[in-house]
Amino acid sequence: MERLTGPPPVRQLKPLVVEEAVLEGPVESGEQVGAYGFDGGAPVGRASIVADRMQIEDVTIRYGEKVAVNSVSLPVRQGEVLALIGPSGCGKTTLLRSLNRLTEVTSTASLDGRITLDGEDISRLEPTLLRRRVTMVFQQPNPFPMSVFDNIAFVLREQSARRPKRAHLKGAVREALERAGLWDEVGDDLDHPALRLSGGQQQRLCIARALAVQPEVLLLDEPCSALDPKSTEVIEDLIVGLREDVAVVIVTHNMQQAGRVADQVAFMYLGDLVEYGPARQLFSAPSEQRTRDYIRGSFG
Amino acid sequence: MSATAPTKPPVRRRSAVDQSAAWRPLDRIGLAFCWFLGLFACALAAAIIIYLLVQGVRYLRLDMLFESPLGGVSEKDTGGLKDPILGTVLVAGLATVIALPTGVLMGIWLSEFGKPTALARAVESAVEATAGVPSIVLALFGVIIFSQPWAGFASREMAGGIIYGRSFIAAGSMLSIVALPLIIGSTREGLQSIPAHVREAAWAVGKTKWATIRRVLLPVVRPQIVTGTMLGLGRVIGDTAIIVLLLGATLRLEPGGGGGAIAETLRGTGSTLTSFVYIFAPTGDGNQPEKAYAAAAILLLMVLALNAVVEIVARRARRNSWNG
Repeated sequence: MERLTGPPPVRQLKPLVVEEAVLEGPVESGEQVGAYGFDGGAPVGRASIVADRMQIEDVTIRYGEKVAVNSVSLPVRQGEVLALIGPSGCGKTTLLRSLNRLTEVTSTASLDGRITLDGEDISRLEPTLLRRRVTMVFQQPNPFPMSVFDNIAFVLREQSARRPKRAHLKGAVREALERAGLWDEVGDDLDHPALRLSGGQQQRLCIARALAVQPEVLLLDEPCSALDPKSTEVIEDLIVGLREDVAVVIVTHNMQQAGRVADQVAFMYLGDLVEYGPARQLFSAPSEQRTRDYIRGSFG
Repeated sequence: MSATAPTKPPVRRRSAVDQSAAWRPLDRIGLAFCWFLGLFACALAAAIIIYLLVQGVRYLRLDMLFESPLGGVSEKDTGGLKDPILGTVLVAGLATVIALPTGVLMGIWLSEFGKPTALARAVESAVEATAGVPSIVLALFGVIIFSQPWAGFASREMAGGIIYGRSFIAAGSMLSIVALPLIIGSTREGLQSIPAHVREAAWAVGKTKWATIRRVLLPVVRPQIVTGTMLGLGRVIGDTAIIVLLLGATLRLEPGGGGGAIAETLRGTGSTLTSFVYIFAPTGDGNQPEKAYAAAAILLLMVLALNAVVEIVARRARRNSWNG
């Protein structure tokens, strides 16, 4: 918690508006589709480019003495949606939160191992900077209690500043709302209080908010669990579309959802990473007994 | 709520008499007693308010608001209520200026930081203890504090370098301690009712803790802060002990010297509506009941207005529901 407030306010932010969805960082490591030796991928087909963004290397997370995540290693790639599935309490949300160091908010949590973002150890990055590169959307839609416009503008502005002024942010706000597929619905009344939107719209606003800072990785913690089926469908389509520009990691309880949106699936059980692989393969021919049992619904 | 007919509830509810038809006699008597006590409380409040307002308004004349009080012996030569009204506004303002920022910051610290935990607990106990200190004790403490040589800035300096220790600054400062626990409490409770994931949502897009508090959390708890401040103000303007001991209880505003009209007034002594009532009550030194009633009516109206503000703010406050 303290670490959040410790360092002086961030002076340098990422450029607010990136002209195109340009890949930043070591894109060199990216490979064209087909270079991977699997025939998986989401039903919608693969993204045009796949690039490593984050590496989770032998990460163990404890809450006090209790091990929540047990030596997990995983890649997080742009161009792919990675779904973390598993029963409640299996550590998938903890693993997700460790990717932008939100686990540090819990004072008892400790992390061993290494997580890198574009080759840099994230524990060496300033947390507020890291969290602008790896943003997150939560289970409950939680727009800030302000207007739709201000929800995005607040994220774009530096810390608690009131600048840049509204006029200068219009383009960026519009872009974020468009990417989240919300512009058509709220574009004509950006002063509408965000908390009066419908649940699905609120959640898309939260996604827009998380996209506004042009992150490299987007973390989604069961983003549809509080939503109706129609809104869920809209958001799932959105997620699949997003993977072109950002690496997407989604935690979900819902296996059909994982099947619909994910390219890669990691099945966790009691803190262990049981199985990781292309979605189709993991769902149709899991190699582990525990995965098979879980997918068949015999536990969890 | 009326006793006999509940006013069209959304769900049809039976009257207490019907509902308790099958109860044991003793329970029914108990229920009847509860009804009686509830009505009694309403009647009591109504009696006090109506009586005082009727009495007060009867003796209240508009010109009283613009006349200073005089130390006379009859109704005619005791003047008006201008100085006590100004005095009440002044101490209330001073106390708010001190207590509001302090209370909000302490509430924020308790709710959002609160580490080390032992310290946070100690602070909470201290706040609770302060809330329980009788104001006369606070007043006595204030007299000692503000008579110290270093407190010369706060009040008049008497012949021989003695610090008088009684002034608006002294009274306002001690009265802020009366309001402080209410402001701290409402701020803290408001903040704690905001779900954790709302804070995390701001942190998760790279906001610092302070930016989150400033732009997300504080706007949400603004109604609670206003409510706490109004309740605190109610206590402040109703307090008598601190005023009598620390404001000097001079009927008129008496400047305390020291450059500039504002500074002189703040360092000077005066009265408030409460000390005015205290002095002019039938049992007080002045014994001018009509004046006392008039002042009490104004005081009562002020407190009722504060309560109305609390009510309005509470009702207007948008329900920020994040469902969890």
